[in-house]
Amino acid sequence: MSGSRLSIVAGAASGLLFGAGLLLSGMASPANVLGFLDLSQPWNPMLLWVMSGALSITLPGFWLMRRRGRPFAAASFAAPASAQVDRRLLAGAALFGVGWGIGGYCPGPALAGAALADPTALLLLASMLVGAWLADRLHSRA
Amino acid sequence: MIQPLAGGMLIGFAALLLYSTLGRVAGASGIAYGALWGGERPWRLAFLAGLAAGAWLAWGLGAPAPQSPSVDGAAPALTIMVAGILVGAGTRLGNGCTSGHGVCGLARLSFRSGVAVAVFMSSGMLTATLLGILG
Repeated sequence: MSGSRLSIVAGAASGLLFGAGLLLSGMASPANVLGFLDLSQPWNPMLLWVMSGALSITLPGFWLMRRRGRPFAAASFAAPASAQVDRRLLAGAALFGVGWGIGGYCPGPALAGAALADPTALLLLASMLVGAWLADRLHSRA
Repeated sequence: MIQPLAGGMLIGFAALLLYSTLGRVAGASGIAYGALWGGERPWRLAFLAGLAAGAWLAWGLGAPAPQSPSVDGAAPALTIMVAGILVGAGTRLGNGCTSGHGVCGLARLSFRSGVAVAVFMSSGMLTATLLGILG
């Protein structure tokens, strides 16, 4: 299999597991997310279970891959966008948290809900892309 | 507890599959923005198509459909738009979301991702709790 075809198969397979996992986990329903974030109501620990389940696979898995030294179908692991903790990271994470706390949607669940033609998720996803575009415009001028 | 844990493990396998083959991080926001404005479109578009198919498949096999608030009326629609714009701007500036910094960044033992997760968890809890008390 050629490299580009393999990357498409790997991307599609990963997306398939990701989308199925989002639905099964209950994270596509914003009420479950807000039940975790809103401490003024009886607490819903669901998100903690989802995160624990995911990390139980990625922590040992990524460690093994790091030890192997390189991925199976690429020359090296992609370098992160930046290694620094700077104002941009802190401001971005803080803004994301505020939006997450208002709507109960982070990007993955918004994509999964939009794929199922949920009107709320579609509106959130469209606004999210506008927000990302705006951030690019404003930041390139700063 | 079983379904959230099993669903989380599927997300973990998804992230490990992408990291172990292509060496890429399975961050939902980064893949979506990269598919629109970045390079390496084919695998990113394939991931997004797979995500949609996976959501349909799980739903068809009996996973509960997403329960979302109604956006009938100006106030609820405006609330969702404000939330979406903040999520989009924040994940673009901060280079990641719950999957990129959370599921993958923490597993890479990235200090930067650990800080990002602590900040968005705190601001998310603060926002949701304040709105919960007020509303």
